Amino acid sequence: MSGFRVDPYEKGWMLASAAILLLFLLAVAASAFYGFSLPGHEGRVAPGRSAVEPPFANPLVVERGPGRYEAYLRAQVWAFVPNEIRVPAGSTVTFYLTSPDVQHGFLIERTNVNVMVVPGQVSKITSRFDEPGEYRFLCQEYCGLAHHVMFGKVVVEPRS
Amino acid sequence: MAENDFRLEERLTAWHIGIALGALFLGSWFGPLQVLEHIGIDLYGKLAPGIKSYYQGLSLHGVLNALVWTTFFITGFLTFCAVHSLKMKLRYPWVNILGLVLMVAGLLMAAAPLLLNAATVLYTFYPPLKANPFFYIGLTLVVVGSWLTGFGLYFTLAGWRKAHPGARTPLIAFGSVLTMVMWQIASLGIAAEMLFLLIPWSLGMVQGTDPLLARTLFWFTGHPIVYFWLLPAYVSWYGMLPKQAGGKLFSDPLARLAFWLFLVLSIPVGLHHQFTDPGISPTWKALHAILTYAVTFPSLLTAFTVIASLELGGRARGGKGLFGWIRKLPWKDPSFSAQAVAMLIFALGGVGGIINASYSVNLVVHNTLWIVGHFHLTLGTAVTLSFIGITYWLVPRLAGKELWSLRAARIQVWLWLIGMLPFSLSHHFLGLRFGVPRRTMLGASPYLSPEWNPLLILAALGGLLLWASLLLYFFVVVGTVFGSRKLAQPAEMPVAEALRDARETPAWLDSWRPWLVATIILILLSYGPPLIDLVRSADLSSPGLRVW
Ligand code: HEM
Ligand SMILES: [Cu+2]
Ligand SMILES: [Cu+2]
Repeated sequence: MSGFRVDPYEKGWMLASAAILLLFLLAVAASAFYGFSLPGHEGRVAPGRSAVEPPFANPLVVERGPGRYEAYLRAQVWAFVPNEIRVPAGSTVTFYLTSPDVQHGFLIERTNVNVMVVPGQVSKITSRFDEPGEYRFLCQEYCGLAHHVMFGKVVVEPRS
Repeated sequence: MAENDFRLEERLTAWHIGIALGALFLGSWFGPLQVLEHIGIDLYGKLAPGIKSYYQGLSLHGVLNALVWTTFFITGFLTFCAVHSLKMKLRYPWVNILGLVLMVAGLLMAAAPLLLNAATVLYTFYPPLKANPFFYIGLTLVVVGSWLTGFGLYFTLAGWRKAHPGARTPLIAFGSVLTMVMWQIASLGIAAEMLFLLIPWSLGMVQGTDPLLARTLFWFTGHPIVYFWLLPAYVSWYGMLPKQAGGKLFSDPLARLAFWLFLVLSIPVGLHHQFTDPGISPTWKALHAILTYAVTFPSLLTAFTVIASLELGGRARGGKGLFGWIRKLPWKDPSFSAQAVAMLIFALGGVGGIINASYSVNLVVHNTLWIVGHFHLTLGTAVTLSFIGITYWLVPRLAGKELWSLRAARIQVWLWLIGMLPFSLSHHFLGLRFGVPRRTMLGASPYLSPEWNPLLILAALGGLLLWASLLLYFFVVVGTVFGSRKLAQPAEMPVAEALRDARETPAWLDSWRPWLVATIILILLSYGPPLIDLVRSADLSSPGLRVW
């Protein structure tokens, strides 16, 4: 590095910056390893077919084991089908979504659930519901003139 | 200079910047309409039949402010920068003239469907929302026109380098040309999306499209576009602002290093906008997340160099002590204060950006009002207020007039800060705490919660102040161009000297090939496999819909 003298303060700053960034990196890596998963390949459904073929034709909630549920939803202009899902408190629910028309989003309040719903693709995301109550889910991507009315809810019922 | 040697160049610049300012002016009217709608004051009825919906207005706000204002300002400003910094006229002016003609033609083409409610697809135009073909063709022409501007500048720089063998490219010209190179590579994504997917589809030549492939091509450009917006501000922060502050550029080599790192690292990070997308492997998302942290490094470098340069200025003006130099900076010069406030806000925006980029938090804030808060700090202030600061010397220069009301300009800057802080902070909070979705006509929404209202009101108040600041700005600009007294002496572009002679800058910081090669390799590594995967499995099965 001929002729490239770096001021000592500047060198310190660069090292400090690099160290901070490395820390962030480690945090990301850790979150990626410890159970934190982002959506990936979950298969495809031709947009024209999702309304006529299972499992999205008659969307439903299935119990896969004690406290483990799978919910299949269609996000379409301008509603979620179904728009209400009931599970007992303490359940883990895996959501599968697709869209027969335009892009939508799926965000459940007070949870980490937030995915895009893209025609042709299946989005999968899992969340645990411990506290009884209503958790509304909203479409978070512009999907046309009545985008703002598109919502539904997960009703978490107290265990009896 | 008795005669202005750069008549043609400056007329070109004036056209670019005039159109940019027109776009900012028109686009900004929708800002207050949006914040008011969110608190239940719906003024859209008054705009009918001109503007038919909140979403048509939002499409105009996004396209005019994020795409037109930025692109036209940047192509104009960088043309000015390059020729004045090289002290050399455009080598082939017709290339730049043709570029402007294409940009204007494209703008008119895209504007028609937008205004006729035939392109209410927001500025991201995600298919299968399907706009009128003129919208896509027009935007494509704007991009192609901006490429021509870039080529015009490269030819000019190449001529300069031939005439000055062994000399270092002046920093301002270097940064300007680098910005255009980065943009040309980055915009290949949108160009491919337009040419291969959207234009044939909107013309009815193919029946369907693949929305995920389109999204991915869009974000290939969509992240680096923010550096296309930011780098011209950096050209000013590094190359001009130290001079305006009465100081010198602290380090010329480190400034160049930062620019090179932006070229290399801006593009291979776009998947961080698609963390929550299905159909893209988390492995590639993680790689992009890592590279996203890398690209903050040159920004941190910039923070140091620029602040150190300003400190040199403050001390040269008699400032003493650890922080005493800050008070001595030329705060009364609106061109300086606008850019200093822009930097301050950018620091906040940068912290938010690092948070967005982290995988886990992203899930919470993705597509919420947090994002709206974030980009009004970065694009809406760091970039826009810097450009405004630049126009405080550039418009007088181009018009040959004195700045109309220095006082109004000074007030404008602080009004912006006072408006932006509540506007942005409440949006951040609404997104993080309540998950309030963005791009949503909240006032008309059945799920609006009463607990959101106090923050929405605060955001609206801030937004109105911000808008007032912009109106004041336009008074100053119009007053300067049409009303003000002639300048006795032409206003000159401020050019900061480096603390140490730029001739000492090593040659590897002024040679293009290695950096371009690194850029391309990194793009191939980070985007090659996921894109090949998407193209291979592409399924053109989504028919277009017009659901607005
Ligand atoms: C006059 C002051 C402004 C106000 C009150 C304002 C307000 C807003 C609001 C409330 C939104 C969110 C709308 C929604 O998500 O439903 C928004 C979106 C946006 N604003 Fe502004 N804004 C202003 C100025 C600006 C400026 C100066 C820029 C950039 C130069 C800008 C760029 C954007 C962009 C790119 C969007 C996103 C559009 C989209 O989601 O499609 N705004 N603005
Ligand atoms: Cu929606
Ligand atoms: Cu980004």
